[in-house]
Amino acid sequence: MNFFNEVIKIIVDYHGMLLEGLGYTMLIALIGTVVGLLIGIIIGIVRTIPKSKSAFVRVIQKIVDVILTVYIEVFRGTPMMVQAMVIYWGYAFASGGNTLPLIPAGLFIVSINTGAYMAEIVRGGIISIDKGQFEGAQSVGMNHFQTMFHVVIPQAIRNILPSVSNEFVINIKDTSVLNVIGVMELFWQATKIQTMNYQIFQIYVIISVMYFIMTFTVTRILRLFEKLLDGKNTYVIHGSQSDPNAEIKITEEAHG
Amino acid sequence: MNEPVFQIEGLTKNFGKNEVLKGINLTVNKGEVVSIIGASGSGKSTFLRCLNLLEQPTGGQILYHGEDITAVGFNVNEYRTKVGMVFQQFNLFNNMSVLKNCVIGQQKVLKRTKEEAEKVALYYLEKVGMAQYRDAKPRQLSGGQKQRVAIARSLSMDCEVILFDEPTSALDPEMVGEVLLVMKDLSKSGLTMLVVTHEMQFAKDVSSRVIFMDGGVVAEDDAPEVIFNNPSNPRTQEFLFRVLNKDI
Ligand SMILES: Nc1ncnc2c1ncn2[C@@H]1O[C@H](COP(=O)(O)OP(=O)(O)O)[C@@H](O)[C@H]1O
Ligand SMILES: [Mg+2]
Repeated sequence: MNFFNEVIKIIVDYHGMLLEGLGYTMLIALIGTVVGLLIGIIIGIVRTIPKSKSAFVRVIQKIVDVILTVYIEVFRGTPMMVQAMVIYWGYAFASGGNTLPLIPAGLFIVSINTGAYMAEIVRGGIISIDKGQFEGAQSVGMNHFQTMFHVVIPQAIRNILPSVSNEFVINIKDTSVLNVIGVMELFWQATKIQTMNYQIFQIYVIISVMYFIMTFTVTRILRLFEKLLDGKNTYVIHGSQSDPNAEIKITEEAHG
Repeated sequence: MNEPVFQIEGLTKNFGKNEVLKGINLTVNKGEVVSIIGASGSGKSTFLRCLNLLEQPTGGQILYHGEDITAVGFNVNEYRTKVGMVFQQFNLFNNMSVLKNCVIGQQKVLKRTKEEAEKVALYYLEKVGMAQYRDAKPRQLSGGQKQRVAIARSLSMDCEVILFDEPTSALDPEMVGEVLLVMKDLSKSGLTMLVVTHEMQFAKDVSSRVIFMDGGVVAEDDAPEVIFNNPSNPRTQEFLFRVLNKDI
């Protein structure tokens, strides 16, 4: 079996490069997703600020809203590969030839791109929360930020977790476009190995498997995380009629 | 005893072209328990929601201890800690335990320490008979239990007034009693209560005053004995005839 021997040889010879690529891919995808989610949450909170009574503040709110809409539409409406080129070479152009360090550039590009998608996902998550949750918070005197931070966003995040996990998986795969600016992620490493041993098919089979292991693992871990967030389906009742110190454990019935 | 908490004058509220409140005049004194009755759509909820500014009034004036609550610079959030609200659909925070529901507002708005807030919360949870369930999540409770927690949540803010918007309408019949019992206890504690309700027995027995709302105005405002035995407005008679005969 020639193929398997060649694959094993590539792994043995180039495992350092492959692992470095895997590391950068995971790093950029993870940080890009987390930062993107934070961007999405901040935009979600800003966009739901109630209209001010003051006309001046209302104008500012409108301007901010337009800027955010443009950001979201532009970054969702163009390929990330093109965004990477524009940002990387745009910086070089503007700074008179200096280039951004590659890994931070990659992190920036994936974060800001993911943020645009997350903004829409978070918006959907916020809309899905019952109006009563906002009113309950207002009725005890919470302001907009307290309401969002303590009541709405935690519930929204739980609801959007499947979409967030989907974005993470997309990012693991799509960091590969960063090879156009030379970020040393997995795909870029493959293109380098390819120039050294020309076994293109074998190399890309290897990184396919590596991408798949990453996405599969991440999906499973996040699904576990979702279960964890749902909390225990049991609770303790403190005290009973006969014994004030009794602790009775109740298991919730499954809802249909 | 006749210290006014609310002085409401000419309160109007429009939703677009729909005039829902058409000039409400009402004074509520400290410690009063006012039941608000009236047909569905007569503006009862809108009125309560204007009182704690969940709806912005269109016109007129609401004074709280003499202070105009719609004035620019009025601290709405601080006001809401004093004027609590209990909703038909409970609106407990779904992501928090019973205890946390009663603690979070105290911590974040009143800036109490966690220990202090928990002590207050447990005191009121005990009062509504829900202290045992402090660790349960809202989804693990029955409707009546949820509503009792919602009452404790308002009380934990050390509020002076609670606005109740049909607190028992979403409950299964066998749970209505437990909530009304808690409210009856509260009515003796000096808390000022405004209660929109379809529970005529409660209005009759517990409240110090009954208001009949009709078409966005206060059509009749009197002691419960008068409203239920000898109403002067024919619309009140008609309404009571309809709702009371439904029960027979
Ligand atoms: N947010 C709203 N937007 C538009 N119309 C509303 C809104 N809330 C209430 N209304 C209208 O106001 C009227 C009175 O409603 P409501 O105050 O809920 O009456 P009640 O509580 O007495 O049944 C109804 O016709 C209702 O359709
Ligand atoms: Mg109503």
